[in-house]
Amino acid sequence: MTFDYAPAPESRAVVDIAPSYGLFLDGEFVPASDGKVFKTVSPSTEEVLSEVAQASAEDVDRAVKAARKAFEKWSALPGAERAKYLFRIARIIQERSRELAVLESLDNGKPIRESRDADLPLVAAHFFYYAGWADKLDHAGYGANPRPLGVAGQVIPWNFPLLMLAWKIAPALATGNTVVLKPAETTPLSALFFADICRQAGLPKGVVNILTGDGSTGAALVGHPDIDKVAFTGSTEVGKAIARTVAGTDKKVTLELGGKAANIVFDDAPLDQAVEGIVNGIFFNQGQVCCAGSRLLVQESVAEELLDALKRRMRTLRVGDPLDKNTDIGAINSAEQLARITALAEAGEAEGAERWSPSCELPDSGYWFAPTLFTGVTQAHRIAREEIFGPVLSVLTFRTPAEAVEKANNTPYGLSAGIWTEKGSRMLWTADRLRAGVIWSNTFNKFDPASPFGGYKESGYGREGGRHGLEAYLNV
Amino acid sequence: MTWRYARRYAPLVTMPITVPAYGKEAAGRLASMADVTADDGALRRFLHGLPGVDEVGLQARAATLGTRSIKTTAKAYAIDLAISMIDLTTLEGADTPGKVRALCAKGVHPDPTDRTAPKVAAICVYPDMVATAKEALGDSGIHVASVATAFPAGRAALPVKLADTRDAVAAGADEIDMVIDRGAFLSGRYMDVFEEIKAVKEACARPGGTSRSETGGGSAAHLKVIFETGELQTYDNVRRVSWLAMLAGADFIKTSTGKVAVNATPPVTLLMLEAVRDFHAATGVQVGVKPAGGIRTTKDAIKYLVMVNETLGEPWLTADWFRFGASSLLNDLLMQRQKLSSGRYSGPDYVTVD
Repeated sequence: MTFDYAPAPESRAVVDIAPSYGLFLDGEFVPASDGKVFKTVSPSTEEVLSEVAQASAEDVDRAVKAARKAFEKWSALPGAERAKYLFRIARIIQERSRELAVLESLDNGKPIRESRDADLPLVAAHFFYYAGWADKLDHAGYGANPRPLGVAGQVIPWNFPLLMLAWKIAPALATGNTVVLKPAETTPLSALFFADICRQAGLPKGVVNILTGDGSTGAALVGHPDIDKVAFTGSTEVGKAIARTVAGTDKKVTLELGGKAANIVFDDAPLDQAVEGIVNGIFFNQGQVCCAGSRLLVQESVAEELLDALKRRMRTLRVGDPLDKNTDIGAINSAEQLARITALAEAGEAEGAERWSPSCELPDSGYWFAPTLFTGVTQAHRIAREEIFGPVLSVLTFRTPAEAVEKANNTPYGLSAGIWTEKGSRMLWTADRLRAGVIWSNTFNKFDPASPFGGYKESGYGREGGRHGLEAYLNV
Repeated sequence: MTWRYARRYAPLVTMPITVPAYGKEAAGRLASMADVTADDGALRRFLHGLPGVDEVGLQARAATLGTRSIKTTAKAYAIDLAISMIDLTTLEGADTPGKVRALCAKGVHPDPTDRTAPKVAAICVYPDMVATAKEALGDSGIHVASVATAFPAGRAALPVKLADTRDAVAAGADEIDMVIDRGAFLSGRYMDVFEEIKAVKEACARPGGTSRSETGGGSAAHLKVIFETGELQTYDNVRRVSWLAMLAGADFIKTSTGKVAVNATPPVTLLMLEAVRDFHAATGVQVGVKPAGGIRTTKDAIKYLVMVNETLGEPWLTADWFRFGASSLLNDLLMQRQKLSSGRYSGPDYVTVD
């Protein structure tokens, strides 16, 4: 007999998804002005979860007007009063965390272990953190009484729906702005549940407005003339389009875009932990992470040993039902994303890189991609240059620290990087030379609300999180 | 993780055939690593050349494995497996033949109301209780394990430790749980520790007698080497001492005596499992692991089994290669077992107190 883990599904009964949802506009759920709706599906089963409203340009205008109206009173509140609302929201998120974690796993496809142990605790922590800043803005380093910008238009991605919402809304509200937020088309539900939490917390009407919709809704939002601030997290392609839209206006912009992070393993690295860090770097959230460690740069003298260990570890990854508490890798978020990952992986093979995956059975329905490793990758391969945004790791080797830095920086992106070495001086030497907004040493994909996050080059500009994250929402 | 060293030092590394640490072939495999244990300098260079351990990363991995959710059939399997892996232990100054006999009876039939409960792996006692335990266990198949070498401090002269060991073996012990000289290890006298383990292993031989070992161990008592990881403190030390003991011929490596403040922890045990995995990859020699002290609940025991399953896999999931050094753990396992079969929680009045 073998030690086979019996199914351990988290109960769906803790979350009650309505058959349809309207837009959250000025404190009420309302249908779209033109009555349009679209369906949101569970990527692990393709089951339709609910029908949500498709916001039109007219809805965007109404939402911006509501936010503008609410701004006057909200920004005039003493910081300590705004903090009370944020603390209340944070507490409600903690209380409803199991429900929200299940919802997030259903709508996004990510394993419940991650939504429960990573997403939700970080969401609550972010609100707690910025609640603490609300009455201390005088001490944030921007002079006395820094003023908010006004109405923020925020567009967020589907990979961490609720966490990205927290990164956007918490600092905006703490600094006295009001917001109109558009969640991603494929993952609208947790933002709508958040709207309910705003009501539960008694947040004044119009301070937070949630508009569901596709790219056209997002375009109408960032293009709206009465928006003072645009905050976007998503692809570099859309980020560039947004930068063009707002060029020449007085809107303040922060963009958090794609990445192709190098995870550098030196020969003196703690190898067992490096293997864990590599796995966490590229397979966390199915690799659908902008700061994923998608390029493994390993010193040639330990490459064979490290890759053997990595493959052995990958064989133990459990792919399947996102709601099973023992699942390590869940579903890809959409058919579209799956097609993109598949195409890039095929390009990797066609260009001569060697492809390897552990044997694993993938479910019949839903969108799935096995954890994949490419060896023999060079800087010239597409899989070493383009963001795959999936569970695909490209392995390159280097001989000296200087070569590692050169290769790591040889990318249009610059969001994150990892360094694995037991030698402190080498770690600092390398970190000094890497052009990336976040550098992890002997760990990867660790987040904390107190730590600023953002990119160099085509990974975007502006910082979210920490004291630095306040600046993006203050008129300073 | 030590193929690099294996390639450098051992000629027979490409997927060696697995041999048990207590078997005859193991000595030959260890001989292939003889140059790293040739002298103090070589041994020190080897141990200090092992990859470092990142504390945060190791603890995070152990914690993540601890979140596995083991339910229904998997839980039933794990509970029975855990019971069968227990070295049911009494190591008190107040131990009496009566107490030892009671413990032996419990080891044979842990649950008086359910004879399908598996028996434990061994009864672990002080050397002077070996004969009593041996007699009480009869032909039950349960081993008698004896601590030795001036347990728990290990602060005695080598001849005393060897006499202690021989005495326990002569009384019929199937397994010897020795303690290393932590003072020697911490002061960097690795060769002293190495030689001492080798000497104790030789003292485990039973020239005239036979062992009842079902695992085909021949006539020698199996040797478990206790590190007292709570005293060695750093994870780097734990990895080094694990290799040191395996190179010296340990059949099992064991975390703790249960007599100090910090005993077995999941990260330390995970690290030892990784060392065993790497040693096996390098030499083909299979070595067992025994966390001891502080494991009291079914939940904890299952976390350890998950670590074994996902680090070493199936071949180690037997009492031959993984043990729990525990006493109160057994009752919690039995209560959980009763709960699974009856659907109701019973209580401490429905398991035996010894």
